[in-house]
Amino acid sequence: MEQSFTLRTVEFTNRILAASGTFGYGNEVLDLVDINKLGGIMTKSLSLKPRDGNPSPRITETPSGMLNSIGLANIGVHKFIEEKLPVLRKYTTKIIGNIAASSVDEYCAVLELLDAQEGVHGFEINVSCPNVKEGGLNFGTDPHQVAHITKETRKRTEKPLIIKLTPNVTHISEFARAAEAEGADAVSVINTLIGMSVNISTRKPRIATTTGGLSGPAIKPIALAKVYETCNAVKIPVIGVGGIKTWEDAVEFFIVGASMVQIGTANFVDPATGTSITESIERYCEKYSISHMIDLIGSLETNKNVSIVDSWL
Amino acid sequence: MKQDLVRIHSFEYLSSEILELTFISDFLGQQARPGHFVNIRVDPNFPLLRRPFSIFNVEGNKISIVFNIIGTGTKILAAKKVGDTLDIVGPCGNSFLSFMDGEYETAVFVGGGIGVAPFPFLTKQFDRSKKILTFLGGRNKNLIVTKGLRNVKIATDDGTAGFHGTVLELIKNDFTITQYGIMRFFTCGPTRMMKAIGEFANNLGADCFASLETDMACGIGLCQGCNIEMIGGEKKYKLVCKDGTIFETKTVKL
Repeated sequence: MEQSFTLRTVEFTNRILAASGTFGYGNEVLDLVDINKLGGIMTKSLSLKPRDGNPSPRITETPSGMLNSIGLANIGVHKFIEEKLPVLRKYTTKIIGNIAASSVDEYCAVLELLDAQEGVHGFEINVSCPNVKEGGLNFGTDPHQVAHITKETRKRTEKPLIIKLTPNVTHISEFARAAEAEGADAVSVINTLIGMSVNISTRKPRIATTTGGLSGPAIKPIALAKVYETCNAVKIPVIGVGGIKTWEDAVEFFIVGASMVQIGTANFVDPATGTSITESIERYCEKYSISHMIDLIGSLETNKNVSIVDSWL
Repeated sequence: MKQDLVRIHSFEYLSSEILELTFISDFLGQQARPGHFVNIRVDPNFPLLRRPFSIFNVEGNKISIVFNIIGTGTKILAAKKVGDTLDIVGPCGNSFLSFMDGEYETAVFVGGGIGVAPFPFLTKQFDRSKKILTFLGGRNKNLIVTKGLRNVKIATDDGTAGFHGTVLELIKNDFTITQYGIMRFFTCGPTRMMKAIGEFANNLGADCFASLETDMACGIGLCQGCNIEMIGGEKKYKLVCKDGTIFETKTVKL
């Protein structure tokens, strides 16, 4: 079964990626995971200068998920290039530099630095971090800004360019169209949803910034609906992300039209989630005689007369 | 560090509230050091995140942790049976052994409640040439565990065991400081207690190292969720799971 996927000029050996911010810089998990079995790794968001991130507490568990407000803590693009990239170059998995910035100039500057590096195979532009005032969400909720950032970053690279969109808008497809029109190669759908949790003993918010980004299985149905909406609106590939924990979750995203998927919060619980999903999808496709992933992708059965699912009871 | 499925070997109540769970792991038997923790997935589906537990004791390939039933994770863990498997990641974090060397004669261990957890294993592996004093504090006698410890003195908030008061008051009342020579403190427990012990130690001119606890999503440095603010130093924050859990108290903002 052929799981590989080519985005612009880059061939990924499979369609399972690690989501940004959930896999460190890729080198932290080498004891636990064979990263070459992943299609690719979206790095922790990189900014031009190192960022300390937000105060503690930054995370809390919520029903079937978690809230985070890390605040884009990262070592900065220069240190990434000096310290992390040389290690990652020894692996065949594709490294996608995720970029967060507080201005269009900063997005472009980080992209240019990474673009010159061997071993950085593409870019994911984070226009959707909910936890930093200038961290992108104000860009991500304005389609003109998304178009502008896509246009400016597109000019500066021939490598695959992916725009990561926020679900904290009314119509995500509008943003996907804006990115597509300015030359994005793909969109990642979705980033976290804004959420909140309160300790009723202290009456304090459970994370320091009051609200944060909700992730984990709790958001999967929302992510799936947003991916479906986006797939119906654009021709460029949609990368599904949000709450994937099992191979069955990933297959759902492929059925609604995602060309690739990212594993996020599940990596915190089991960093080998992505690699085991790849193996399970292989078996699923054999069982249903699916010889190529394109026979699965977008194969949603929309006949309204389908019977009630057999597993319901 | 490794992710592994391990088999539960035994349960033992150390008090009416505190349970010791022992599992079998050859890998941890070789790799675990005092102060390390293991991150346990108590159930494949719920709750979502792993739960971190200090390693309480290691005997050959038998590894134990202790806990009291305070929430969802510990409730599920307590309901497990001997022979069940547990999905664990470990050993995680740094070790007290990195902070053991130095010019002092007496090591003072201060545990608050379930914060006693790392001390039996540390006691076992501690430099034999040094004297150990152990002070334990708890809300009541059910939260005091003395197994595997040496020279133990106890304080309880309600007076049901040992000294009636806080562990810091016990230490202050008890100490004829000069008799123990140069001391070094090692503490684990509620943050407020560790902060107070750190200040007390520093006032004596002694070093103090604390094993911190925060909420963690991954326990291995991926999520950056368990930050602790540093005092001075190059970095504003460090990660409790990976840079710690043990820090010198005067370097962190407790």
